[in-house]
Amino acid sequence: MRPINAVITKIVDETPTIRTFYFDTSFELIPGQFVMVWIRGVDEIPMALSRENAITVQKVGPATSALFELEECHSVGIRGPFGNGFDIKNGRILLVAGGVGSAPLAPLAEKAGASGLKVTTLLGAKTKDELLFRERFEAVGDVRIATDDGSDGTHGYVTQLLDDAKKYSQIYCCGPEIMMKKVLDNVTPSKAQFSLHRYIKCGLGICGACCVDGLRVCKDGPVFSGDVLKKTEFGVYRRNECGERVRV
Amino acid sequence: MLSLTLTGLKLKNPLMLAAGIMGTTCGSLKRIAERGAGAVVTKSIGLEPKGGHSNPSMVEVDCGYLNAMGLPNPSYKNFQGEIDIAKESRVPVIASIFGGCSLDFAEIAGALRADAFELNVSCPHAHGFGAEIGTDPELVEDITRTVKRAADVPVWVKLTPNVTNIKDIGLAAESGGADAVVAINTVRGMAIDIESGYPVLGNKFGGLSGRAIKPVAIKCVYDLYEALDIPVIGVGGISDYRDVIEFMMAGAQAVEIGSAVGNNINIFNDISSCMESFMEEKEWTLEDIHGMAHRE
Repeated sequence: MRPINAVITKIVDETPTIRTFYFDTSFELIPGQFVMVWIRGVDEIPMALSRENAITVQKVGPATSALFELEECHSVGIRGPFGNGFDIKNGRILLVAGGVGSAPLAPLAEKAGASGLKVTTLLGAKTKDELLFRERFEAVGDVRIATDDGSDGTHGYVTQLLDDAKKYSQIYCCGPEIMMKKVLDNVTPSKAQFSLHRYIKCGLGICGACCVDGLRVCKDGPVFSGDVLKKTEFGVYRRNECGERVRV
Repeated sequence: MLSLTLTGLKLKNPLMLAAGIMGTTCGSLKRIAERGAGAVVTKSIGLEPKGGHSNPSMVEVDCGYLNAMGLPNPSYKNFQGEIDIAKESRVPVIASIFGGCSLDFAEIAGALRADAFELNVSCPHAHGFGAEIGTDPELVEDITRTVKRAADVPVWVKLTPNVTNIKDIGLAAESGGADAVVAINTVRGMAIDIESGYPVLGNKFGGLSGRAIKPVAIKCVYDLYEALDIPVIGVGGISDYRDVIEFMMAGAQAVEIGSAVGNNINIFNDISSCMESFMEEKEWTLEDIHGMAHRE
């Protein structure tokens, strides 16, 4: 598909650094899938869908900064949704979200909640103001908070709240890679799914730029089971835009 | 029944991974090799690390894909390890290399260890590289000769279709000592977003691959087979075994497969088993079909 034109209908400031952009177009979405968002004349970047008609973005670089310059009635080009998305299993599920990693997990929480699953969320951020989608998670189950500076909940990392991970039939995780690696190392790998972030170029499974030991994040992922990731460079190396190995 | 010797390399089948596809990391090369490819060609590797053009760098269009990746690569100085690990899969690993002049090519070919080199003188959208060189027969001959002196493995030259007569470039490569030519690289193309007037690719224009270019590639292979004595390797728009047979009948001794890997990571296994059944039924060998379309 060529990029379709998506007009921004609403912009919501979720935290001091994170905004949600609503579009006039809805996508049939499996939570965890992403779209390629083309800020015309600047760049095209992968973004998780946080709702069927919205992306939630943290300002981190030139492309996201350009996106933050856009206003309602402006438009972007969108390709997708791409990738596999989370596989929702039955039973008691645990979500582990760090920072903007809440973006693909919030629609998962809502979908799981709507189908009657018991959803517990461990929600972490640098500080209280940066906790993303707390209300969306609270609406479907228990939420436990951790902040790096102790301004809310446990003082420290969200991974410190993992003590009773064994109670859950499946764990869904998205956040900084170091955090996800820590989760992977502390749970039963086959019972956990992780949404990965890599430098994505084509988004079509062709170029291979986003590969993690041969697994294409854009096509085979972005969600991978922990037992698959256990055997890979996940949490150790990533590739930069040149394809060079860079320590995570 | 599909095995062959191509420029001295032993291949279990004539189906190779094309340059620029899944070729930057050892893990992705290995994955393709383990799923049935007869050989794999790496991403084009240059002198210095390069990030490539800004996105969108590849989009789907009618009957194919447009791309302008911009030769992203980690440089040959950071690439030997990837080749060495890819070689654990026990299929030949061919290094695609690019440069701005014959000295660049020679520096890379002199330093990298691979089973063969494929010279990228045909990328249609990188300023100062690729097709800006590959449309000039004298430069192609000079680069080929220089690399042949620097390397002790087979040297293949990948040709651009964006020329008046591809035979002239093929003949230049042959005079320079090439062991084979590879045809074709992508066909220059462009797409414009009608909502905004912006060219869709970050680089504005790029190269067309996929189904749309297969007839163009078949004709190039057909012409090169007639003009040259060295083997022709066909590439462009292959997505099933019929395409491979067609390329071989046009004169290709082997083929490379690129864009179609996106939707079928198992394409090499799939095509080789279908090809075997087809050839058994027809009672043909690879030699029988090679150049069959040229018989009187």
